[in-house]
Amino acid sequence: MRPVSSWGRLSAELHEVVVLQDPKRAATQIACGLAGIAYGNGRSYGDVCLNPNGILWQTRGLDHFIAFDPETGLLQCEAGVLLRDIQRLVIPRGWMLPVTPGTQLITVGGAIANDVHGKNHHALGSFGDHVRRLQLARTDGELIECGPDLKPDWFDATVGGLGLTGVIVHAEIQLRRVPGPWLETETVPYTSLEEFFALADGSEAGWEHTVSWIDCLAGETGRGLFMRGNTALANDRTAPQGRKLTMPLVPPVSLVNRLSLRPFNLAYFQLKKRQTGRTLAHYESFFYPLDNLLEWNRMYGPKGFYQYQSVVPREVGQDATAAMLREISRSGEGSFLAVLKTFGERQPRGMLSFPRPGVTLALDFPNRGEQSHKLFERLDAIVREASGRLYPAKDARMPRELFEAGYPRLQEFLRYRDPGISSALSRRLMGY
Amino acid sequence: MAEHCARLWLKDQVDLTLVGRDASRIERVAADLKVRSPGSVIRAVESEFLDPARIRDTVGLIASEGAVDVVLIAHGSLPVQENCQQDLAACREALEVNGISPVLFAEAFAAQMAKQSRGTLALIGSVAGDRGRKSNYVYGAAKGLVTRYAQGLQHRFAGSGVRVVLIKPGPTDTPMTAHLKSQGARMAPVESVAQQIVAAVEAGKATTYVPGKWAAIMMVIRHLPGFVFNKMNI
Ligand SMILES: Cc1cc2nc3c(=O)[nH]c(=O)nc-3n(C[C@H](O)[C@H](O)[C@H](O)COP(=O)(O)OP(=O)(O)OC[C@H]3O[C@@H](n4cnc5c(N)ncnc54)[C@H](O)[C@@H]3O)c2cc1C
Ligand SMILES: NC(=O)c1ccc[n+]([C@@H]2O[C@H](COP(=O)([O-])OP(=O)(O)OC[C@H]3O[C@@H](n4cnc5c(N)ncnc54)[C@H](OP(=O)(O)O)[C@@H]3O)[C@@H](O)[C@H]2O)c1
Repeated sequence: MRPVSSWGRLSAELHEVVVLQDPKRAATQIACGLAGIAYGNGRSYGDVCLNPNGILWQTRGLDHFIAFDPETGLLQCEAGVLLRDIQRLVIPRGWMLPVTPGTQLITVGGAIANDVHGKNHHALGSFGDHVRRLQLARTDGELIECGPDLKPDWFDATVGGLGLTGVIVHAEIQLRRVPGPWLETETVPYTSLEEFFALADGSEAGWEHTVSWIDCLAGETGRGLFMRGNTALANDRTAPQGRKLTMPLVPPVSLVNRLSLRPFNLAYFQLKKRQTGRTLAHYESFFYPLDNLLEWNRMYGPKGFYQYQSVVPREVGQDATAAMLREISRSGEGSFLAVLKTFGERQPRGMLSFPRPGVTLALDFPNRGEQSHKLFERLDAIVREASGRLYPAKDARMPRELFEAGYPRLQEFLRYRDPGISSALSRRLMGY
Repeated sequence: MAEHCARLWLKDQVDLTLVGRDASRIERVAADLKVRSPGSVIRAVESEFLDPARIRDTVGLIASEGAVDVVLIAHGSLPVQENCQQDLAACREALEVNGISPVLFAEAFAAQMAKQSRGTLALIGSVAGDRGRKSNYVYGAAKGLVTRYAQGLQHRFAGSGVRVVLIKPGPTDTPMTAHLKSQGARMAPVESVAQQIVAAVEAGKATTYVPGKWAAIMMVIRHLPGFVFNKMNI
C-alpha cells in the first residue's frame, strides 16, 4: 500500500497499486476479485481516479504505439500513451490530435474515460468523437471491442464512463491534418459578459479554438481576455526550447490567497490588455500554457485545492455566469486560474459525457475547508437552478442529487458498469 | 532499458534486430518502434536464452544479415532474495538468466566482432554486482560475474577495433522494478538512464555507472571495511 493523490492534492490515502504493463495480461491482472479503478496520469482533480484502501490499476505501462497510417491519419495505441507523445510523433508528419485538453500530460485512457474537451468544442466536439475503436477489459475476463459502429452502446457507456465500464487496453483514434505546429492566435480583452458572449459567438465561424481567462474577482460584470486561434502554416520558425520549471516544494500555506489574488489579477489584465493582437504561437504554448511549470498544483499548499467546473445551458448562461461571479467575488475566494468558454451546439456521444451546448466556467479554489464548501453550495444552487451540471473529472464534493439531475442518462449507464470496478467518486455519487 | 535505448537510436534510420524470449512481446515492441521510425528496418527474433545452440543460431542469423555495429545485451530479472535462499532451483535460475545467459550471448557476438575487427559490444551489469549484500546477493553474484567477464573481454579486445562497454545502472524505473516502485522506492527515470547508456555506447567507455552519482556511492561501498559494512542493513 502507498499514498496516492490526484491533481488537486486533497488527499493522499493508501492504495494497493497494481502496475499494468502487458496488454495481453491486463484482463487477468484486473480479475483479482477485489474492486479497483484505473489510474492514468492522475490529472483529474478530485476522486474519479482514486479508490482509498483499495486497488488502483496504474496504466502508464501500457505505453506502446501499435500502428499509424500517415495516409489516413488513423493511430492505434495502448491506453497509457500520453497525449504529449502522440503530438510529438504525429505533428512533424502533418497530423494532430483533433481534441486536446489544457494539459498534454494525460493518457489516452483518461482522455476517453472523461471524454475530455478542448478549446475547439464548437468545431470538433470532444475526444470521444474521434475514437474509432477501443478494447475494454472487464474484471470477469471478457474483452469487448467497441466503437461508434460496433457495439455502440458499450462505446457510448465507456466514452465519458469514468473508468467504470472496464479498463481500456488500446484504442484507435482518427487524427486531423495540420500544416505544422503553429497557430495564428489573437487575444482580445473584454470588460463585460455581453462582450464575452458577442466575441464567442462572433468567433465560432472563423476561429477553431476559443477560450477566455476571466478575472474571477472582478464581479458580475466580467472582465477578462478572450483568446482564439487557428492552425496555420508558418515556415522558417524554430520551435521554442522546452525549458521546464518545477515547483520545488509545497509551501506551508497556499501562495494563492486573498492578499495576493486581487492585485495579481488586476496587474495581469492591465499587462495583457496592452499586449493584445495577433501573434503566431507554438501549439505547446497555446494549448498547454501550464505544462511548463511542472507540479504547479503544489502552490496551493499542503491542503490542496478544488476545481469547480460547471456547464449551464446557453439560454440562461449569461445570468447564471453573472450570478456565480457575484458569489465568488463576494467570497473573495478563487484563484488566478479561471476559464470561461462556450461549448458548441452538439450533443456528446457518451452517456455521462460532460460537454453539452452552453457555457462552462472553471475555477480553482485553494482548500479552505468549511468556507470553501459553503461557497460551493451557493454555486451548486445556481447550477441546479440553471439545469446545468458539474464535471466529474474536476470534482471531489458535488452532492449526489446534483449529479443525478445533471446527468439524465445515468440509469441507462449503470447497466454497463463493471461490478468489479469502484472508485471513491462512484461510491459517493452512485452508491457503489 | 533496451527499449528506451532503441527509441533513441531510432531517431536516425537504423537496422535493428530485437531478440527476446517471447515472440508476441517483442512484436509489441517492434510495432511501437516501427511507428516511431517508419524509415528503419526492425526485426524481431525469438530465441531460447539458456540454450547455447539456439543462442549460436540466433547470433549467426543476425550476423548473416550484415556486419553488426552495436550489440546491447540487456536482459535480466530481479529475483526475490529469500526465494533464492529457500529454493535452489530459483537460485540457479537467477544465476543463469542474469549471469550465464548474457555471457553466452556476448561470447557468440564476440566471435562475430573479432571477425569484423570492429563493433561495440555493450553489457548491462548492475551496481548490485559491486559488492554482495544480504538483501540481494544472488542477483549481485550473477551481475558480478558479468562484470568480471566484461573485464576479460576488454582485455582480449584491447588495441583492436572492438570495444566492450559495461553499464552499471542504479535503481531505475522499469517493468523489472515496478513492484518496488509501487511500494514507494525512489528510482531514476528510464529515459535519462537510456540516454546515458546510448552516450556510453557511443563513447565506447569501458565502465559507466548510470546515473553517474553511483560511481562515487559504489566507490565508498566497495571500500567500506567489513566490520562497518556488516552492520549496515542494506
Ligand atoms: C492543467 C490541467 C488542464 C486540464 N484541462 C482540461 C481541459 O481543458 N478539458 C478537459 O476536459 N479536461 C481538462 N483537464 C482534466 C484532464 O484532462 C482529465 O482529468 C483527464 O481525464 C486526465 O487523464 P489522466 O490520464 O490523468 O487520467 P486519471 O486522472 O488518472 O483518470 C481519469 C479517469 O480516467 C479513468 N481511466 C484512466 N485510464 C483508463 C483506462 N485505461 N481505462 C479506463 N479508464 C481509465 C480513471 O479511472 C478515471 O476515471 C485538465 C487537467 C489539468 C491538470
Ligand atoms: N531496473 C533496474 O533498477 C536495474 C538496475 C541495475 C541493473 N539492471 C539491469 O538492466 C537490464 C535491463 O533491465 P530493465 O530494468 O530494463 O528490466 P525489464 O524492462 O524488465 O527488461 C528485462 C528484459 O529481460 C528479459 N528477460 C527477463 N527474464 C528473462 C529470461 N529468463 N529469458 C529471457 N529474457 C528475459 C525480459 O523479457 P520479457 O519482456 O520477455 O519479460 C525483458 O525484456 C537487466 O540486465 C537488469 O538486470 C536493472
